[in-house]
Amino acid sequence: MDSLNRRGEACLARNVHPYGRRVRRPYIVLAMLMAATVGSVAQAPAPAPPAQPSPATVEEGRKIFASYGCYQCHGYEGQGGAAGPRIAPRPLPYAGLSRYVRRPAGQMPPYTEKILADAHLQKIYAYLQTRPAPKPVDSIPLLSK
Amino acid sequence: MASKPSVDRREFLKGAAVTGAAAFVPAAAPLAAQPFDAAQGGQAAQAAPPAGPVREADPAPNTEVLGPGERAGGDFMVDILKSLKFDYIASNPGSSFRGIHESIITYGNNVAPEFITCCHEESSVAMAHGYFKAEGKPMAILCHGTVGIQHAAMAIYNAYCDRVPVYIIAGNHLDATHRRPGVEWAHSVQDAVAMVRDFVKWDDNPVSLAHFAESAVRAYKIAMTPPMMPVAIVCDGGLQEEPVSAEEHAKLRVPRLTTTSPPQGDSGAVAEAARLLVSAQNPVIIADRLARTPNGLKLLIELAETLQAPVVDQGGRMNFPSRHPLNHSDSARQLVTNADVILGLELFDFWGTTNTLRDSLHRTSRSFVKQGAKLISITASDLFTKSNYQDFQRYPEVDLAMAADAEATLPALIEACKRLVNGDRQRVFDERRRALADAHTKLVRASREEAAYAWDASPISTARLCAELWEQIRTEDWSLVSESGNMSGWPKRLWDFTRHYQHLGDSGGAGVGYGAPAAVGGALANKKYGRLSVNIQGDGDLLYAPGVLWTAAHHEIPLLTLMHNNRAYHQETMHLQRMANRRQRGATRWNIGTTIDNPNVDFAKIAQGMGVWAEGPIASPNELGPAIRRALAVVKKGEPALLDVVTQPR
Repeated sequence: MDSLNRRGEACLARNVHPYGRRVRRPYIVLAMLMAATVGSVAQAPAPAPPAQPSPATVEEGRKIFASYGCYQCHGYEGQGGAAGPRIAPRPLPYAGLSRYVRRPAGQMPPYTEKILADAHLQKIYAYLQTRPAPKPVDSIPLLSK
Repeated sequence: MASKPSVDRREFLKGAAVTGAAAFVPAAAPLAAQPFDAAQGGQAAQAAPPAGPVREADPAPNTEVLGPGERAGGDFMVDILKSLKFDYIASNPGSSFRGIHESIITYGNNVAPEFITCCHEESSVAMAHGYFKAEGKPMAILCHGTVGIQHAAMAIYNAYCDRVPVYIIAGNHLDATHRRPGVEWAHSVQDAVAMVRDFVKWDDNPVSLAHFAESAVRAYKIAMTPPMMPVAIVCDGGLQEEPVSAEEHAKLRVPRLTTTSPPQGDSGAVAEAARLLVSAQNPVIIADRLARTPNGLKLLIELAETLQAPVVDQGGRMNFPSRHPLNHSDSARQLVTNADVILGLELFDFWGTTNTLRDSLHRTSRSFVKQGAKLISITASDLFTKSNYQDFQRYPEVDLAMAADAEATLPALIEACKRLVNGDRQRVFDERRRALADAHTKLVRASREEAAYAWDASPISTARLCAELWEQIRTEDWSLVSESGNMSGWPKRLWDFTRHYQHLGDSGGAGVGYGAPAAVGGALANKKYGRLSVNIQGDGDLLYAPGVLWTAAHHEIPLLTLMHNNRAYHQETMHLQRMANRRQRGATRWNIGTTIDNPNVDFAKIAQGMGVWAEGPIASPNELGPAIRRALAVVKKGEPALLDVVTQPR
């Protein structure tokens, strides 16, 4: 068993910096999504998820999110961490997220339709969409010092 | 000695090569093995004893106690250990070192070194590993013949990879004719250190007390010379136990220890490095195992402020204050990508710092360093590289490599930089300082904003755990004695690290099982200073050798442990998921063989069973703060305490 590589952690760009291109992780992911999109033009567009998922769908999504191991890198709430970026509560548009999940460009393993059906991915998306937004930092005493 | 056996064991030891011990022919060899000497008319054969069982020695008189004026060999060994100023010697007891064990606790009065009872040799070594990084001087460990060294091996490898000196004394019975039948044979070995020789810096197998004295002092000196690493001395059972006459003892002396000055970088290379750094537009300083003393931290601050260059602390040691405006560890990738000069100080992996390898079916790698950027390396690791174990990492193509101790080289480098800074460069530096300070403020703010996500989640987020803990230790003289990598780096992102003992780095070899004993070792070092030691403890790691909790309770080592109980070997769950996805099958079966649930481990009960105050499992974030408060009250009384906190994966 090994631990997470320290260099791997150090390589996670987290924020803006005066030394060059100002990037935030969601935008890195977005750039990767665009690349994935270009590479998958032959695929049929992913079906759109329901606009207002039912509580049952959200609950199913939670279970699928856990059983397919998404939480291992992204956390149970999709909050992100050293091993994977934050993906909730405001996930990327479904079409882009779907394409990236199928053909990721970074360290994420690919989840093809064969092992993760579109219907399941939609439910995962429903779960991510409904994660509660964080409280403002200044309203959390432990984080405001 | 009152009586000598037919084969004097000391003469035997002096004369026999280690591997030749098995070839020793006793006096009473069978007739058939004797050469026939025709000139003697077959006298040799006639003079030989009759065939039959081998007789080792004539019966010795009853010599169960030391005679007048006689000393125990182990006592002299303790004189040596005391001269090396060991505070502690950790061990799981074993008969192959019973002689020196008794000398330590009685002749040595169990003070300097004090015997620390461990339940596993891996715990002994990892304790010494953590102890060194908090105290700055080695701790000794005793291990028992074959079995002890085998148990200790993984922890020795961690220390070797982490460039930490651990002083290993291995008991053994080399003289086969003196071994007790049965177990003592199974616990004896021709070449005791052979199995760990690939990952110790030096070892010896002394055959006399005078030899032990020299080798013991030499071992200390070698261990403490950068690159620092474990050393091992075999301590023969006979040498420990046999009496030493007054006459023999008078001839023994304790050699004087002179530690080696750490090697500095070549003056020409230092000047060139300074020229590159001062003239750079976007320099970055990256430090890993740099600060081997408190001064390393101060020197890195001075260098960074001289250049107004950002610092990436990779965390092998406590190299740089977390809230210094020039600390930009969270922007490592960006900084390296845009840098024109990269200075690496004792980097574990320079290649991995400047390249990326995609863990995919067809592995690809690429450098993310800007074309024309200059890479400068200062590391003592270039002075000592072994072949078999591959911790030396992929070959880094640098422009300037100094095989030198980085901390020892920094004063010259700082002075060389200062000499080159003119008014124009200073104006550039001042502008850079303002920009970096502004970016640092934004980084701190961004970390807090990220910590707010999943704030009220159960299992408890690692950010919430670290924030709750920080709130209650921030006004104390605290020391984080555990690794922090598996916490998504939250301690470094939320806490104000300023002192050298506040972060002790990681295991080095990534061998699981290091965390808990290293934390206890760090806490042992902190105890005499009254520091508050805190340990964020992985669940899988503690399950390797939880007996170290008993050691902490038994020796009254104050230590607050918060379990990071994510109920899995989470790095491995991710690896298994990757394999399943790559093979397009079984994407939901990653939990088989990688999780620690069904049943969930009750770490509070384990700790309580070891005599440690404990509570848990705690899965509700709102219950965590009050529980920490209760545990801290116990720790402040001088005892260990543990909270079992059920956490998010990272």
